[in-house]
Amino acid sequence: MRNVLGVINLVNERPILKELTHHRCLASLPFGGRYRMIDFTMSNFMNVSISKVAIFTKDKYRSLMDHLGSGKEWDLDHRSQGLFILPSIHPDEKIKGDLQQFYDHLEFFQRATADTVIIAPGHHICKIDFNDVLKKHESNKADITVLYKDYDGGAVKRPIYHQCSLDTDGAVRDINFFTAPKKGDHICLETYVIKKQLLIDLIKNCIEYDEYDFLKDIVKANLINLKVQGYQYTGYMPFIHSLETYHASNMEFLNPEILRHFFYDSWEVFTKIKHEAPAEFTNSSKVSNSLIANGCIIEGTVENSIIFRGVKVKKGAVVKNSIIMQKGDIEEGARIENVITDKQVIITKNQKITAINKPVVIKKEVVV
Amino acid sequence: MASKKWIAMLLAGGQGSRLGELTSDLAKPAVPFGGKYRIIDFTLSNCTHSGIDTVGILTQYRPHILNSYIGNGRPWDLDRNNGGVSMLPPYQGKDGGEWYKGTANAVYQNFHFIDHNDPEYVLVISGDHIYKMDYNKMLEDHMENDAHATIAVIEVPWAEANRFGIMNTNETDQIIQFDEKPQNPKSNLASMGVYIFNWNHLKQYLTEDEEDISSSNDFGKDIIPKMLKNEAKLQAYRFKDYWKDVGTIESLWEAHMDLLEEPSNFKLGDPNWQIYAGNANHPPQYISEDANVTQSLVNEGCLVFGNVDHSVLSYNVQVGSGSNVKNSVIMPNVKIGNNVIIEKAIIGSGTVIEDGAIISDTKKGLILIGENQQISSESALLQALY
Repeated sequence: MRNVLGVINLVNERPILKELTHHRCLASLPFGGRYRMIDFTMSNFMNVSISKVAIFTKDKYRSLMDHLGSGKEWDLDHRSQGLFILPSIHPDEKIKGDLQQFYDHLEFFQRATADTVIIAPGHHICKIDFNDVLKKHESNKADITVLYKDYDGGAVKRPIYHQCSLDTDGAVRDINFFTAPKKGDHICLETYVIKKQLLIDLIKNCIEYDEYDFLKDIVKANLINLKVQGYQYTGYMPFIHSLETYHASNMEFLNPEILRHFFYDSWEVFTKIKHEAPAEFTNSSKVSNSLIANGCIIEGTVENSIIFRGVKVKKGAVVKNSIIMQKGDIEEGARIENVITDKQVIITKNQKITAINKPVVIKKEVVV
Repeated sequence: MASKKWIAMLLAGGQGSRLGELTSDLAKPAVPFGGKYRIIDFTLSNCTHSGIDTVGILTQYRPHILNSYIGNGRPWDLDRNNGGVSMLPPYQGKDGGEWYKGTANAVYQNFHFIDHNDPEYVLVISGDHIYKMDYNKMLEDHMENDAHATIAVIEVPWAEANRFGIMNTNETDQIIQFDEKPQNPKSNLASMGVYIFNWNHLKQYLTEDEEDISSSNDFGKDIIPKMLKNEAKLQAYRFKDYWKDVGTIESLWEAHMDLLEEPSNFKLGDPNWQIYAGNANHPPQYISEDANVTQSLVNEGCLVFGNVDHSVLSYNVQVGSGSNVKNSVIMPNVKIGNNVIIEKAIIGSGTVIEDGAIISDTKKGLILIGENQQISSESALLQALY
C-alpha cells in the first residue's frame, strides 16, 4: 500500500456539456463505449496503488455513487481504507469554494495515515503515470507540484482554462485564471501533489481568512513562499470543452493507436462490471470502424460509432458517426448521423436524424 | 447457525478427459464457454436465481483455476455472511482421507459440511451442463409429491436415448426403473444429473452405500438403484427448456453453435436470467473498417480486422486483416494473424495462429487446437486432429 491519498475534486466542474449533464455530474458522463469519465482518474490512482480515495462532490452525484458503489472495481473496498464520497455539508448554501468542502471534511485528511496527497479532477481522459509525478515531486523537493499540459485543442467558446507560466527551472511563476488558450499555452490540469500536513495547515489558514479556492488561495498565493513546481504531462489527453470536442474525443478511440494506448498498453482502465452477454451480430449486421460494448444486439449498420452496453440496432437501421449510450434502441429503418443519444433513448422506426456541423443530443429516456 | 431449507452440492471434480487438450490444465467446469463464461457459471447462476445461498463446490481434478475463479463467490451473490460458497476438495481427517471415489462418495465425505448447515433438502448438481433452470420449481414439485428424491429429466431424441441414463416412469411421473445407457430404451426421459434429496433420507443411503464394498459410490449407478429397490418414492421432474451436456468436444462445439441460431432457443442475453461470470475488465471490442462480422457473438476486448461468420469470439481475441473465421469457437486471448483461414474449429485459450495459417479439415470434421499453442503457416491443419 502506497503512502498516498487520492482526492478527486468535483467541486470546480464547469457547466460544459449541459445537454448531457442535466442529471449527472461531468465525472459520471459516459465515455468511450463502456466507461464513465471518472474511470480514467480512478484507474490512474489505482496504478500507483492508492488505497484511500475521497471524492468531493458538488451536486448531481446519484449516478456517480451508483457507478462507484463500494469501489470494488478499483480495488477500493478495504476495511479501513477505501472509497469515501464527501458531499457538501451545507446543501442549501452556495458552495464558497473547494477549500470550504475540504475544511468541512478535514477529518478525512487528519485520520489518513498517508503523508502525500494527489488531487485531480474527475473528467480528464488520460493516462497520467503518477509514479513519475511523485518521483519528480520528491526529487524536486517541491512543496506543491502542479501538472500542466501544452494546449493542443481548438478555440474555446468560453474561457474555462487556467494557465500557468513557468520559470526556466520549471517552477510555477504565475497563474492566470479563466483564459482562452492558444496553442502551446501551459494549461493547468488542476492536478496537484502536496504533502498532507502542509495541505491541512494551509486549508486551516485559508478558512481563517475567508479564502476558499485551492488554486488561487493555496497555490497562487504561495508561489513565492513555497516551492511550487510544474510537471508537464506530454501524453495524450483531449481538451474537452464543448459538445463537438466531447464527440470528437470519443471518436478518437476509433484510432487503433489511441485504443491501444488506453486499453492494451501499460495499465488497465477499470469500470463498473455488468453481467451482460457478449455482443450479438446477426446475418444482416454491417459494422465498421466502431467500438461495441457487451449486451448489444446489432442487426443493422453501424459505422464510425461508439456503441455502449445493451444497445439494440435493429434490421435496416443505420448509425453513423454517432455515440449511442447504454440501452439505446435504434428501431427498424431508422437512420441517424452525427447524433449523441443519452441512456435509454429510443429512435423509432424509420425516423431520420442527421446533424450537420454540431452533433445533436437526444436526452435521456426520450423517444424520438 | 440457523438451519437452512436447502443447500446445493455442486460436483466439479471431473477431469473431463473427453474434452482432450482443453482440460489438460483445468477442470471441466472451468472450461471457457460462450465467449465470456466458464461452464460452471450456468449452474452457479441457476443457484443465484433460485435463491440458494449456500453452495458447496466439490473439487478434485486440477482445482487451482477454479478456486481462484470462484473466489469468495461475489459474482454469483454468494459472498454471504451466513453460508455462501465453499470449495470442498478431499481432505484428511483423523482416520486419514482419500480421493473422492464417485459422486456419492464425494457428497458422503462432506457429510459434516452438510450437517453443519442442517438443511432439510440437498440439491445435487454438476458443473458441466449448460442450461437455465429455476430449481425452486423442482423443489416445490418435490415437496408437493412428498418424494424422497426428485430427479430432473429431459426428453431426448429416441435415437440418442442409449447414450443417457434413462428414467422409466409411471403415469404420475414416479420413477419405477432406471436404465443406464440402455440398448433398448423404454423411455426417452434422460437424467440431467440434477437431484433433490431429503437430507435425512440421503444420509442413510450414503452411509449404507459407503459400507457396500462392491459399490462404485455413484448417484446414478448406485444410490438411485438402491432407492428404487427399497421402493423409495422417486419422482421425475420434467424440464422442457434447453439443456446440454458439454462433456465432449463435439457437444461443446454444438452448444456454441446453438447460441448462434436465429432465433435461438438458448439466449445468453436474457435480462431476466443473466448468466453471472467472474469476468475481468476488458475494453469494448473494436471492429475495423474492413472487418465483416455476421451471425456471431463477440466479447469485450476483441480487436477484429478480418471476417468473422457464425462464430464465438471470447474476450481479448484478435483477428488480423484478410483472415476468415467461420463456424468456430475462439477461446480467450487467442491471437489470429493476417490471412488466416479457420473453419469449424475450437481454438484453445492463448493460442497464437500466425499469418497465413490454414486450419480447416478437408472432410469438414471438427478441429481442436489446445491452449497456448503456436501455429505457423507451415503447420497448416487440414485434418481433424483429436
